[in-house]
Amino acid sequence: MPDIKKEIQKRILVLDGAMGTMLQQYNFSEEDFRGERFKDFPVSVKGNNDLLSLTQPKALKEIHAKYLEAGADIIETNTFSGTTIAMADYQMEDLVYELNYESAKLAKEVADEFTAREPHKPRFVAGSLGPTNRTASMSPDVNDPGFRAVTFDELRIAYKLQVEALVDGGVDLLLVETVFDTLNAKAALFAIEEVKEEKNVDIPIMLSGTITDASGRTLSGQTAEAFLISTSHIPLLSIGFNCALGANLLQPHLEAIASKTDFAISAHPNAGLPNAFGEYDETAEEMAAQIEEYLKRNLINIIGGCCGTTPEHIKAIAEVSAKYKPRQLVIPA
Amino acid sequence: MNKKAENMDKDKVSPLREEVGEGRKYLQLSGLEPLILNENSNFINVGERTNVAGSRKFLRLIKEEQFDEALAIARHQVDGGAQIIDINMDDGLIDGKASMVRFLNLIAAEPDICRVPIMIDSSKWEIIEAGLKVVQGKCVVNSISLKEGEDNFIWQAKQIKRYGAAVIIMAFDEDGQADNYQRRIEIAERSYRVLVDKVGFASEDIIFDLNIFPVATGMEEHRKNAIDFIEATRWVRENLPNVSVSGGVSNVSFSFRGNNTVREAMHSVFLYYAIQAGMNMGIVNPAMLEVYDDIPKDLLEHIEDVVLDRRDDATERLLDFAETVKGTKKERVIDESWRENPLQDRITHALVKGIDTYIVEDAEEARLQASKPIEVIEMNLMMGMNVVGDLFGAGKMFLPQVVKSARVMKKAVAYLNPFIEADKGEHQKALGRVLMATVKGDVHDIGKNIVSVVLGCNNYEIVDLGVMVPPEKIIETAKKENVDIIGLSGLITPSLDEMVYLAKEMERQNFTVPLLIGGATTSKAHTAVKINPEYKNAVVHVNDASRAVTVVSDLLNEDTKSAYVTSLKKDYAEFREKFLKRGKTKSYVTLAQARKNKLAIDWDATQLVKPKEMGIQKLKQLSLKELVPFIDWSPFFRSWDLHGKYPNILTDKVVGEQATQLYNDAQQILKEIIANQSLKAKAIFGLFEANTINDDDISIQKKGKEIAIFRTLRQQLKKREGVPSIALSDFVSPIEKGETDHMGAFCVSIFGADELAGSYKAKEDDYNAIMVQAIADRFAEAFAEYLHKQVRTKHWGYAKNEGLTNDELIGESYKGIRPAPGYPACPDHLEKETIWHLLNVEEQIGVKLTESLAMWPAASVSGYYFGNENAKYFGLGKITEDQIIDYANRKGISLEKAKKWLHPNTAD
Repeated sequence: MPDIKKEIQKRILVLDGAMGTMLQQYNFSEEDFRGERFKDFPVSVKGNNDLLSLTQPKALKEIHAKYLEAGADIIETNTFSGTTIAMADYQMEDLVYELNYESAKLAKEVADEFTAREPHKPRFVAGSLGPTNRTASMSPDVNDPGFRAVTFDELRIAYKLQVEALVDGGVDLLLVETVFDTLNAKAALFAIEEVKEEKNVDIPIMLSGTITDASGRTLSGQTAEAFLISTSHIPLLSIGFNCALGANLLQPHLEAIASKTDFAISAHPNAGLPNAFGEYDETAEEMAAQIEEYLKRNLINIIGGCCGTTPEHIKAIAEVSAKYKPRQLVIPA
Repeated sequence: MNKKAENMDKDKVSPLREEVGEGRKYLQLSGLEPLILNENSNFINVGERTNVAGSRKFLRLIKEEQFDEALAIARHQVDGGAQIIDINMDDGLIDGKASMVRFLNLIAAEPDICRVPIMIDSSKWEIIEAGLKVVQGKCVVNSISLKEGEDNFIWQAKQIKRYGAAVIIMAFDEDGQADNYQRRIEIAERSYRVLVDKVGFASEDIIFDLNIFPVATGMEEHRKNAIDFIEATRWVRENLPNVSVSGGVSNVSFSFRGNNTVREAMHSVFLYYAIQAGMNMGIVNPAMLEVYDDIPKDLLEHIEDVVLDRRDDATERLLDFAETVKGTKKERVIDESWRENPLQDRITHALVKGIDTYIVEDAEEARLQASKPIEVIEMNLMMGMNVVGDLFGAGKMFLPQVVKSARVMKKAVAYLNPFIEADKGEHQKALGRVLMATVKGDVHDIGKNIVSVVLGCNNYEIVDLGVMVPPEKIIETAKKENVDIIGLSGLITPSLDEMVYLAKEMERQNFTVPLLIGGATTSKAHTAVKINPEYKNAVVHVNDASRAVTVVSDLLNEDTKSAYVTSLKKDYAEFREKFLKRGKTKSYVTLAQARKNKLAIDWDATQLVKPKEMGIQKLKQLSLKELVPFIDWSPFFRSWDLHGKYPNILTDKVVGEQATQLYNDAQQILKEIIANQSLKAKAIFGLFEANTINDDDISIQKKGKEIAIFRTLRQQLKKREGVPSIALSDFVSPIEKGETDHMGAFCVSIFGADELAGSYKAKEDDYNAIMVQAIADRFAEAFAEYLHKQVRTKHWGYAKNEGLTNDELIGESYKGIRPAPGYPACPDHLEKETIWHLLNVEEQIGVKLTESLAMWPAASVSGYYFGNENAKYFGLGKITEDQIIDYANRKGISLEKAKKWLHPNTAD
């Protein structure tokens, strides 16, 4: 079995790009989302992208394959909202295990095909764990700052179920991403540790936070370094940032943590900042050029794309990454 | 080894950490910000007042669920320098778990508190765990120990590790608490081995509390309590790699409760030796600490004898000595002797000194003596206010004091009003009724509010219409309320035209009441030249509050009125004549000539710096606290009519005392604003590709595609040979050079000032209402300064090594400028629309532009960033018609519109 901990020392690993942007191109209708199985489901399910793993598996596989063809070493499962908390919006809490299990399985199938074809470049599947739609350390009610819409234990239990399904489905690693509240992430990490212990498995973890604006802080107010300190108690494969910002704006935050940790560093920025219509219009070449700045500074071990990125972006990123050596995984004395 | 421990063992070292090798590791904690204890760190002070076991006040507040006040204690600790705050809810009468969770959740909403790490302090595991579940940062658990055996200890440590916290280990085991040197080091070593070897706990996350016990108790076995702690600390730091040592310091002096002089000295002696031995953090009340070097020699010797156990009779000697130094702390006494004076003296004193503590009591006493309640106002209070007015007129009182007097007056009047009404009408007869308004499109009203308050306390009735008042409303209200005077205020140049328009309307509708003109943009020249000719009756420019009273009084005095108005009209007419003549002597060059004489930067020799971060970014989470160091206080004093440069103004012979008082009051409000976060700072800025095109325009591009054009204006006043005719566009590389240059645009704003000032006004507290507005303005300017620095050093990054003091910042001795539309270099307010469009300001952060292009909220600053080292601030001066025509064509607007907006800068 290929070992990602070995691969990561040999080269810069490329993560895939946005799932949502790709799915949009299929223009799935409510009926397409429902498929045969959910045709009588009581609420609208259009927009529940995670459900497509069950109802449109072919499209999912196509997208995974496109990213792998573009040169991705790691593809993410289509499970960003696969917790009972996030699925409550669609009354699909009961489907969480199945959604994650099937998403993991189909991603793994595609990845294995590519590994078989190119054994020198083994491909990996990362089980994606999103932030959910609630925050554990912030109140949604301005009149009651002490109120919480979700607790640590609720998050922990929800994440645990998701992690179990992803691991059972065969993912090679887990990616806790788009962390805007560190407490949510700590609950996810706690759940992962529980699953690791109970199943007696050792599965690598990638952790990726989100810096929301020029203040250089997460939504819950932490600086990049405070985020790093708050999450370093778990042996991570990598730590880094994704979403909210384009590659150039993410760089100072990567620099802020790269010199302070012996974990690998990851980044999957957006394709620039959204324009007035909410679209991302940074081209593959532009994004790759900015990412080359990371590479020149030896900042990166894992690199990919978030909102607005396509296989084209990943291809350009993979090409430029191939020219550089990965960041050394030792803190300089 | 049990199974759980075995499993964790694998995680002890991350696969990637193996290569790190053996290096010293440091305790790292986090709140919103990091706290790292390395060899350079000073002693870490843990705040201890948020502990129900240690603070009776905190216990009471938690019991009564007064969480706001409890939060204030936490904030006070952090403000006072606590780098960690210890929170303890262990009390039999409260629900410890619920209180811990509630309090930590509330703290999480206070960035000024939760920026530091939290120490979750409880003897109950369920409270500790509940706490760990609600804090995002890396906490310290205080504490666990081997007291209940190894299995329980391992289980708890494993949980703590999984929650991501550091831990304090008490020197306690199955046999009890360690009370001598040997037991302390034995328990510490055993705990360490279990944690590191069996749990895989990071050694740098272990903190030992080696038990600080009292000395000088009279018991023989307590003699070595301090020295044993100190020596055990030394052993632990030398033998157990990477750990920290902590402790609760006040225990050591327990025997001397009630004698703070001895206790403070003893804490300091103890820490002096313990820190040398390696104690690197602790729970210390900074107020209970003497400076080691300041301890009197004799006291020091006695205390060291006890702490270091140097003599058999050390305790007895210190006890005897302690009696002689029983501290009597000096208490500040407020001089209350004026309360002994007769009633009228007391009322006058209260008004002059602005003391509102007793005014209701005194007003009541006066009411009981008076035949009618109204008399209290007309006689007692007005007598006092007359003294205030006289002192103010004589320059012996200053504006802030007068506004405070008004606050006292208002409080008394508010108390008396119900009695007056019950007495059937007969309201206090005002000397006159004054309408005050900030004109349409303008939002600035500090000056107007001050004049209103000053007139108000001189017994004029004020009808204040607020800001952005349309002319129809002013006219209508003036008629309906039958006012005696109209006062108009404005800060931005378009307001001048509004004032002219209003003067015309008043003339057309046959008004006879005088018109007062004031505000930062107004001038005697403009009033004389443009407004006065439009209105047959009196027009007066009044730009300082102290003059307002005399002017209004002269205008309304039946005897002197007509003579005064005649002389005013004559004065203004003469002023106009002189001014117009003077204007004629200036000579201008054509726009074409001016362009030939542009500032010639040698672009070939200029290294253009590409911004590190291109594009638009927002800032919505910045703490006001970060802006405080950037505040320039001098304009704050000016807004209160106190003139001088900060900080010299505080010691100025004439206004120093008042300035100091005002400054202290401002600091108080500032503190409350920061604590309650009642103002919010928001900003948006962008850095773009830019090139100058067609001499005076700047093309803003994104990836070579034009997305906006800034139009700049060029100086046309004839210059000496060799002096260039500048436009802002000269600071950006022209497109012909073929190299992409860059510039930026920004808007910063302080939200909430209006609401906060309103809440003070509702309490009849104009003083603090005006204070809030003045402070919000200072914050907006400070924010602009802060952001400019961030842009220079970080986002654009052309001045990475800039290290300027605040004075240098205010003196603008850095590279690059941030001119604002509406100000001298670019007086054209219309360009704000371009900035708003480019940055999508209103949608992104909510700052609006009024029809006169004033920004709302009023405490806002917007402008451009130019990074070239030759960029400097300049005044455009007057321009001539050819440029206005050219500008209208370039911008694609009608000549009429261009003329209207550039009117204040047009040469006659």
